[in-house]
Amino acid sequence: MDYINAIVLLLNYIFVPALSYGSQLALGAIFVSLIYGILRFAYFTAGDLMSFGTMFTILFTWYFQSLGFSLGIFPTALIAIPFGIIITIFYVLLKDKLVFSYYRFKKSPPVQLAMVSIGTMFVTQAIVRIIIGPFDRRFFDGEKFILKANEFKEMTGLNEGLTIKSTQVITLLVTIVVVSILFWFLNKTKTGKSMRAYSDNEDLALLSGIDPKRVVMITWVIAAILATVGGTLYGLDKSFKPFTYFNNMLPIFAAAIVGGIGNPFGAFLGGYVIAFSEILVTYAYRKFFIYLLPESIEPDSLLQLLSTDYKFAVSFSILVVVLLFRPSGIFKGKVL
Amino acid sequence: MRQNLDVISAYAIMLGLIILVGFLQSWSIALSILCFCLISAVMTMGANIQWGYAGLINFGIMGYTALGGLAAVLVSVPPVQEAWQVGGLNMILCAFLIAFMVFSIRFIIKKYKKSNKRNYAIAFVIIVGLVILRLVSGPAIESIEAVNPATTGFLGGMGFPILFSWIVGAFFAGGLAYVIGKIALGLRADYLAIATLLISEIVIAVIKHEDWLSRGVKNVIGLKRPVPYEIDLQTKEWFINLVAKFNQGTLNVITDTLAREQMLKQLVIEGSTVFVKLCFAGLFSIVVIILLIITQKALYSPWGRMMRAIRDNEEAANAMGKNVVKQHLLIFVLGSAIVGIAGAMMVTYDGLFTPGSYRPMRYTFLIWVMVIVGGSGNNFGAVLGGFAVWFLWIEAAPIALFLINFFTSGLEETNALKAHLIDSIPYFRFLMMGVGLLLIMRYRPKGILPEKIKHV
Repeated sequence: MDYINAIVLLLNYIFVPALSYGSQLALGAIFVSLIYGILRFAYFTAGDLMSFGTMFTILFTWYFQSLGFSLGIFPTALIAIPFGIIITIFYVLLKDKLVFSYYRFKKSPPVQLAMVSIGTMFVTQAIVRIIIGPFDRRFFDGEKFILKANEFKEMTGLNEGLTIKSTQVITLLVTIVVVSILFWFLNKTKTGKSMRAYSDNEDLALLSGIDPKRVVMITWVIAAILATVGGTLYGLDKSFKPFTYFNNMLPIFAAAIVGGIGNPFGAFLGGYVIAFSEILVTYAYRKFFIYLLPESIEPDSLLQLLSTDYKFAVSFSILVVVLLFRPSGIFKGKVL
Repeated sequence: MRQNLDVISAYAIMLGLIILVGFLQSWSIALSILCFCLISAVMTMGANIQWGYAGLINFGIMGYTALGGLAAVLVSVPPVQEAWQVGGLNMILCAFLIAFMVFSIRFIIKKYKKSNKRNYAIAFVIIVGLVILRLVSGPAIESIEAVNPATTGFLGGMGFPILFSWIVGAFFAGGLAYVIGKIALGLRADYLAIATLLISEIVIAVIKHEDWLSRGVKNVIGLKRPVPYEIDLQTKEWFINLVAKFNQGTLNVITDTLAREQMLKQLVIEGSTVFVKLCFAGLFSIVVIILLIITQKALYSPWGRMMRAIRDNEEAANAMGKNVVKQHLLIFVLGSAIVGIAGAMMVTYDGLFTPGSYRPMRYTFLIWVMVIVGGSGNNFGAVLGGFAVWFLWIEAAPIALFLINFFTSGLEETNALKAHLIDSIPYFRFLMMGVGLLLIMRYRPKGILPEKIKHV
């Protein structure tokens, strides 16, 4: 019984939260990785693009709520996501047209494009804050829990409860759907293959008649979709605050690089690597060992490797180690 | 001569703008803008050395700034005797332990060839070392933080004058840069940018949460100043006389003695803040001028030419026998040290150290905007960028307010859109920075004052 309790404990405090957090990071990391592979620069606007998409999703959610429209047990935001995506797509394409395309035609070095993306980062941040303000916003409605700790305890008779929030399940399901469609698209369709060819070898791809404008456009569209979906899921699960989203850029970059930047599948896994390591290292294992060990050698300290304050620091340290020993990423960064 | 004309006119406009603020708003505001402009100028000079001279991207400016600030705390705060008694010994032991770990790892790396076994040995040393560190430091940290947590709760500093911290801050930042440079300088440009950005976040996390060292988010307030305090000034005879002399015109008009006394009192209070800020501005200008002279000399020295050669063509420079790796590391350390000075200066000016306020937007990306806007590779350009961007950053709110009022003048005061826009005025500065950066990068990619190389 104690063993099961210990496992449930880990499930509740490590596995379930890490899985949903990891999915949210993974969605961000995939599009950062894609942009890096195809447009060839580090896209510093990543976090703020997510907050931009989320903001419009929230605005539409409020609009639907004011109409008295709801999805019952599901959050209304799910219906609002497509509208948020459309606006975000317009925004990124406009940005590409006004800002990035100039440097692309000039074949500027990646560093310059990264700087330009810092400029768009400032602008995006300003837009988000001017429209919705810098404050914490919750826009979740519908049924909050799928499984409550008490219900679980009653059901199984265990000491430890297992809580599963509905947002966590939604996050996981949506991520699975979006990511499988994306990889199907990249690996099976002609357009997807042309994108991979373009990222592999630009000149050769151009020679074989691939239209670079189309490839770039589709990359931005995918980026907008992933950013909006990832951002909205994060906002549903936790809350929406522009500053947090900006900060999320850092673990997203960490995930993309750990997975081998330019390699979307690696980035996808990288998101989970980062999320799990953050939570595994900062979790206090005391209770876990109390269940497992006999009473005589029970630990009295918290058995926490690092305090939770260092959550971010953990993922960044992993990143630094990966950069040092395997700069192409854990999952062997082959472009796309 | 023409190039000097550029510089002179640009600086004249900048100074004119600050003086205009003095007339329109208040001299106190104008002087604090000037002080922060000078601090920003020091930061941009540091970043400019790395980016403009050598082409190294350093997105870790925030980390060095915070370390400089930490130096100000550690130098100027008097030591907390009680905390040293309860935990000082253990913390010193920890320092030795860390040194021992570093040396043993170095020993392993030197002694043995690259192999899996070596990696395991290093991992073993690190893990065992961390466990011992934890055991030694844990109780000590707890007892240090328990010492009078409302006011101290940390080890305190050395109790020296705070001006020393400007040098110590440079050493702190330079030391960190040495470690980071050893680790990360081999990386490609954009990887380096991300790696330094993340490492600076780690630095901030440490400063924020190691309360025994820096009081963390509880902040250190009331740091000693290198210049007189307003309260002291207001009671000094010579200062009151000085203020009276300056404002003779206004004072003479008033005939009533009592009202005149009142007026003088008011003027002295105003004058004291201005005087203090003037002192700060003077100190900061000295730093800026010294750094400008040194960096200008360096830029046109053989060393500066070598750095540009490395920046423009690394392989060719390498083939000419220049040690690219060593020079990169050197310039990384030098630039970061200058940023460290700026960090210490800022904390000195504020008189308080607030680790929670270090955010990448303000301390890394804004500085980069300054460097790019001002003109990378040109020291005068970098300084000007620091001035112009900081000025815009502060004055963005009044400008935005004016523009909003202008464009929505047709709308009523109670109009929801107008009210909303006026509420969100603080965020227009981000918009201005972003648009400014994008415009400069597009139409004047070398900055306001582009790099000019004198051919001797």
